[in-house]
Amino acid sequence: MDEFILEMRNITKMFPGVKALDNVNLKVKSGAIHALIGENGAGKSTLMNVLSGIYPYGTYSGEIIYQGNKCIFKNIKDSEKTGIGIIHQELALIPYLSIGENIFLGNERSKHKFINWDETHIKSNELLKKVGLKVDSSTIIKDIGVGMQQLVEIAKALAQNVKLLILDEPTAALNEEDSNNLLKLLLELKEDGITSIIISHKLNEIMKISDAITIIRDGATIETLSKGDKDLSEDRIIKGMVGRELINRFPIHDSNIGEIVFEVKDWNVYDPLIEERKVIDNISMNVRKGEIVGFSGLMGSGRTELAMSIFGRAYGKRISGKIIKDGKEIILKNVRQAIDNGLAYVTEDRKSAGLVLMQDIRSNISLANLKKISLNQFVDEHKEIQVAEEYRKKLNIKSSSIFQNTGNLSGGNQQKVVLSKWIFTDPEVLILDEPTRGIDVGAKYEIYTIINKLADDGKSIIFISSELPEILGICDRVYVMNEGKIVGELSKKDASQESIMKCIMKSHMEVT
Amino acid sequence: MYNEESYGGNIMDVIKNLFRKNVRQYAMLIALVVIMVFFQIATKGILLVPMNVTNLILQNGYVFILAIGMTLTILTGGNIDLSVGSLCALVGAVVGTLIITMHMSIVLAIVISLLLAVIIGIWQGFWIAYIRIPSFIVTLAGMLLFRGLTVTMLKGLTLAPFPESFQNISSGFVPDIFNVVGTSINLTAIIVGVIVSILYVVIQLKQRAKKQKSNFEVGSLMFFVIQIIVMVFIINLFFYWLASYKGIPIALVIIGVLIVAYSIFTTRTVPGRYLYAMGGNEKAAKLSGINTNKVLFFAYVNMAVLSAVAGMMFASRINSASPSAGLNFELDAIGACFIGGASAYGGVGTIVGAIVGALVMGVLNNGMSILGVGSDWQMSIKGLVLLTAVAFDVISKMKSKA
Repeated sequence: MDEFILEMRNITKMFPGVKALDNVNLKVKSGAIHALIGENGAGKSTLMNVLSGIYPYGTYSGEIIYQGNKCIFKNIKDSEKTGIGIIHQELALIPYLSIGENIFLGNERSKHKFINWDETHIKSNELLKKVGLKVDSSTIIKDIGVGMQQLVEIAKALAQNVKLLILDEPTAALNEEDSNNLLKLLLELKEDGITSIIISHKLNEIMKISDAITIIRDGATIETLSKGDKDLSEDRIIKGMVGRELINRFPIHDSNIGEIVFEVKDWNVYDPLIEERKVIDNISMNVRKGEIVGFSGLMGSGRTELAMSIFGRAYGKRISGKIIKDGKEIILKNVRQAIDNGLAYVTEDRKSAGLVLMQDIRSNISLANLKKISLNQFVDEHKEIQVAEEYRKKLNIKSSSIFQNTGNLSGGNQQKVVLSKWIFTDPEVLILDEPTRGIDVGAKYEIYTIINKLADDGKSIIFISSELPEILGICDRVYVMNEGKIVGELSKKDASQESIMKCIMKSHMEVT
Repeated sequence: MYNEESYGGNIMDVIKNLFRKNVRQYAMLIALVVIMVFFQIATKGILLVPMNVTNLILQNGYVFILAIGMTLTILTGGNIDLSVGSLCALVGAVVGTLIITMHMSIVLAIVISLLLAVIIGIWQGFWIAYIRIPSFIVTLAGMLLFRGLTVTMLKGLTLAPFPESFQNISSGFVPDIFNVVGTSINLTAIIVGVIVSILYVVIQLKQRAKKQKSNFEVGSLMFFVIQIIVMVFIINLFFYWLASYKGIPIALVIIGVLIVAYSIFTTRTVPGRYLYAMGGNEKAAKLSGINTNKVLFFAYVNMAVLSAVAGMMFASRINSASPSAGLNFELDAIGACFIGGASAYGGVGTIVGAIVGALVMGVLNNGMSILGVGSDWQMSIKGLVLLTAVAFDVISKMKSKA
């Protein structure tokens, strides 16, 4: 067997006006887990699209040698046939079909053009077992969580006898536990001789499982590091990614904490669809002036549900409890009232719930506070433009102008637009739900700086995140949530990865 | 809308740049001009004789009004209203019954009809916006319901004629008050044309000055001047045509006011912004504090009221209340919006675009009728035009993405 299963030589890919890839070289050893990292827009996904035939042969220059043969892929089907499987960031499963049907989609188990359902189910159940899923293959995709769906995608690739598995940010939407399962599975697959290429922003994961790491920056390969290299460290990788040394991943910040500004007492929320299911169970919490309070917990622990139910009952049914601001009880029946009372909520999904992607930066920034720039319901467009320009400068939104559609911005810049929108409403309490998800290291640092600045201006920040280092890096105090309850409250001093996980584990034991 | 990009001095670059940014709207405008030139030649000049220009407006008055309302519903998220044709007929029947059968005063009859439209709008808006039954289904039901009520009310017969004052809505003209000397040409129309062009120039200059004052880039001066000259020429040519026939039709005054008012409403006001935001991303709009149910509800109440206006204008034009009035009006209005650049998914579209779309359809109808093309062929050709226009949009978008 060849030592290298894949060699990509001098790949150059042009888009109208931009060179997305510039003489990229990538060598992947057979049976290895190879990580591909770089900032957003560095060209990782483009490179993988070249490899899998999404950009057909001829639209790029350079050559791909796979298992000793030169590849001429015209489409994905061609690359699949040779055993290359790609799992995209946005999962490509059909929500209303069963797991089994999805696994064999386009590759149906059939006899004389009729589907052989028995074989479909037996084979899919085998594959599910292999990827460590304990559900039946007749379960409908929409009824299982994102973590499980990710595993189904892998099962689907295995069904096609995959030899080289490409995963584009597989753990971005997963919680710690699901992420760990997935990484474990990759290691198991490695034992079976399957090579993986993993694209990820999570350095700790990469350090844990990969045999080699290739860093890409601005469409060019910077270097490839192998496991065992002496100077292989997270800092070294970050330096390679951003082209400079980030001394700190979190800006230094001295917090100036005042009185309690916002308080939630005995908060209960039920699921809007399954009415007897309690999603939030008797939660009480508070946040002080100038304080950044973290909400840590596993995916599905109820953090988003808590935030949205507080934010003008944007989520949930049969909500009970008290919200107290500046010592007085307030009642927030809808989002408008929440905004008028000084609350802001930056959603966890900026594309589907945070931005109007087909509109420009300017209209997105003004959307939640048109009142401020209008007179008798007439929008003053000049004022609006000034406001947008001001925030574009202040938050360093990289764009051709404020008239650029937000759909064309990178993740980090989109998030800055969402933040601008909410800062413009001049809130006292800002709820930030996963504000750095899917954003590269450089932009993350900028977002942290903005958050610190807001706290310094006397705003109270509620910071929801699934990334523990980030919670530890910037929060003054941390609430730990699990299964709709607060299971721990830790001061900055006491908070650590271990203490947070301990809170969660302890609550699990109490339940069972 | 603005084009804030700075343009190079080269006029070709300017045009290219503008073209690229607004391919769709300009394409339809260009298509409209091409179609007009084609029929002008094919009909040996009949298309643009003053009488026919006035006719074009009167014939298509109802499409303009319906297209305005339909733009609003489509903006909310591709929601269409299939009931507008039937509603036009129902309002015609009510107005006819009140005026012709019951001899009610015209003003009172119009007020009652508009109120009825509000109630109908609330009825449909309630199901669509608050119960969230797809608009397609609610308005399909409305289409059947209102048509049925119309036939029941008229017992299947046609009511006619209306008194002259009601006919004036569609066949009357603004009296020529300025014509003291007694020329054959309508002086009022000429004067109004001049006033409109002065207003246009003043507004344009003011906007440009304000933009420069707040340090925003503006287009090149040469392009600005050319644009103004072309627009002033078109405005005056149009009013000259009107003046050469009988002057300004009353229907045009109604339509003109509606176009201006709704253009301002959609582009300059807070509720107008809400329409676009909701169509662009309802979830984001909701989380930004916008009551999207209310926005959707309003769009359908508004549509019903505009349908009533269109229904009365049509009844006045055919001078009767007929059970078969308003047949296929909804399709004309929806077609006009899509030809004019509205997105079938919502969030994109303009009033002016819809009017251009309606004009494209209107000129096609009128031109083909003059040429003696049968109505069977007219329908097929209109269908192809609709498909071509939308296909052009989709394909040009695909290209810009690749």
